[in-house]
Amino acid sequence: MFGLSKKDGTLFLVVIGMTLFAPILLNPFPEGSELAQFNAGYPDLMQRFVIFGIFAIGFNILFGLTGYLSFGHAAFLGVGSYAGVWMLKLLTMNVVPAIMVSVVVAGLFSALVGYISLRRSGIYFSILTLAFAQMSFALAYSVLTPITNGETGLQLALDDPRILGVSQVNGSIPPTNFFGFEMRDGFTLDIASWSFTFNVGYYLCAAIMLIAFYLSIRIFRSPFGIMLQAVKTNQQRLRFTGVNTRPYTLAAFIISGMYAGLAGGLMVAMDPLAGAERMQWTASGEVVLMTILGGAGTLIGPVLGAGVIKYFENIFSKINDNVLYNWFSFMPDALQDAFVFMIHPFIGKGWHLTLGIMFMLVIICLPGGVVEGGQRIAKLFRRKKSGPADSGAASLPNSTPAE
Amino acid sequence: MGNLVVQGVNKAFAGLKALNNVNLNVQSGTVHAIIGPNGAGKSTLLNCFVGKLEPDTGTVMFEDQSLLNRQPHEINQLGVSRVFQTPEIFPDLGLLENVMIPAFAHRDGSFRLNWLPRIDNEAEIRERAEHMLEDVGLADNKADHAGALSRGDKRRLELAMCLVQEPRLLLLDEPTAGMSRADTNNTIDLLKRIGERGITKIVIEHDMHVVFSLAQKVSVMAQGTVIAEGSPEEIRGNPKVQEAYLGGAHL
Ligand SMILES: Nc1ncnc2c1ncn2[C@@H]1O[C@H](COP(=O)(O)OP(=O)(O)O)[C@@H](O)[C@H]1O
Ligand SMILES: [Mg+2]
Repeated sequence: MFGLSKKDGTLFLVVIGMTLFAPILLNPFPEGSELAQFNAGYPDLMQRFVIFGIFAIGFNILFGLTGYLSFGHAAFLGVGSYAGVWMLKLLTMNVVPAIMVSVVVAGLFSALVGYISLRRSGIYFSILTLAFAQMSFALAYSVLTPITNGETGLQLALDDPRILGVSQVNGSIPPTNFFGFEMRDGFTLDIASWSFTFNVGYYLCAAIMLIAFYLSIRIFRSPFGIMLQAVKTNQQRLRFTGVNTRPYTLAAFIISGMYAGLAGGLMVAMDPLAGAERMQWTASGEVVLMTILGGAGTLIGPVLGAGVIKYFENIFSKINDNVLYNWFSFMPDALQDAFVFMIHPFIGKGWHLTLGIMFMLVIICLPGGVVEGGQRIAKLFRRKKSGPADSGAASLPNSTPAE
Repeated sequence: MGNLVVQGVNKAFAGLKALNNVNLNVQSGTVHAIIGPNGAGKSTLLNCFVGKLEPDTGTVMFEDQSLLNRQPHEINQLGVSRVFQTPEIFPDLGLLENVMIPAFAHRDGSFRLNWLPRIDNEAEIRERAEHMLEDVGLADNKADHAGALSRGDKRRLELAMCLVQEPRLLLLDEPTAGMSRADTNNTIDLLKRIGERGITKIVIEHDMHVVFSLAQKVSVMAQGTVIAEGSPEEIRGNPKVQEAYLGGAHL
């Protein structure tokens, strides 16, 4: 199936299904109900899920396979964003050139950064990438203002040339489109009290994420991918085995930089502006968290990690005290106050605290991330099914390292 | 083919003379044993052949090509493989993958962006790796990653990793240390069999049984120099060797 092994093919089919039906799957609660605020099926958030999914999939090709931990990948995403906005300004509002140029520019930039940073390994490599990213951030924020528009951020304008398109339509900036299909377009399906929104922009991002995911599976399972894994487990041995490890790690670095650029290009395709904060170290740290939280070195982990973090950022951060009072309204006032007081630090602006605690729990209890959690649950079920008399342990000798 | 000529190699570590004017002539297709007490400089000498260390002075010629000032991967690609004193394998990967990686390096050279095929579909490489695992007696091993193997099994795996590359010169740093007598005999048989393929071998070994059943020539090292050289029989009777190496005990 698609040239994948049976197991990988099944996983890919499941991911296709989930992304296609995401607008429905992510909106399980009826409109207007108490729980509707936990719905994540609105276009803006769904786009972010898949875009950051792409970012994390690419990051995982570097970190998950070779073990080289970059703290500067947001720089490539940022560079991709700027390149993308410039294409929208200069060429056309069709997103295809913007996305392609984002990938190419991020690839070139990561070739330079990777070439220098990969002269060191371990913590020194991480620090070098961090230094590059912070330099890029500082440059974008001030020195390169003519290109990046400094702290305001790079935006579209009515007098942009757009030589392959039009500068303005009826006095306003034309919307981004994919050969005429506008990114903001879509339709809403109302079934009983449920409401599902199908958005063009989301489906473009989802299709590209599926391609990106497919390519990463192919890389994982190829001779090239196995060399990258060998770098992680024993680079010295690999050298004495006749392998020049430098071009392998550099290739992985550039590929992951291109994925980051792709994510940056899609961001501006959905919302055509780019700011320097996209390159800040917190943004680089975020993709590290996503990858580890989901399961570094696994196929699907980074996507799951990206989903979890973006969900928390957007949904948990919206719960405020009023919502809590509503939930606990059945309690006596004093108890209600006490509960709200206790939960208050973990919601709204405190979502970082919840995320941090969750991250720590995962690292300590499930070093393999969400994927390991899933595997353990699956194992539990299988053992139950086969019954206690069956030697469950013997029939499940090894959990696959790269699910 | 596969011959190695070492002349006047010196190597000092912060004043300690680990190698002192070492000369060695390993003839094509032979098994050449290096014996000597711990700290004699045997491993250091091998390090100078594979690009792990650069000697301070001297020359190391393999088939009329110098092995000095080259990257480890270049030396391997010239046809030199090494089994390390402490097993060097890919502990997180499966046994088959451990052997397929060197086979890929042998076929594809030091770098190839070979991302399109699936490793499952690389039938030829896979078969060779499976065959090699059989040869070293690990075919039925159920360990799901190489790190779980016993020390002796790791060494046999490493031997398979080297042999699958069909090297012309094989360096073995104590290949049977940590093995049971039965495993040691298996390894001797295996090394004899590959001897028939004409691979030149340098074996560092403490087990005299191994040395005398394999080697055509023996060099004895002590304190960084070769103090004696000859056939196993000559070495056995050499009083200088008995004194330096065995403290007078009888071989
Ligand atoms: N990288 C190194 N740095 C400093 N000293 C070393 C290094 N490698 C080996 N030596 C020293 O060189 C001497 C020879 O060591 P080695 O070649 O390992 O001996 P052998 O293999 O014959 O037992 C020892 O005294 C050892 O401590
Ligand atoms: Mg030694």
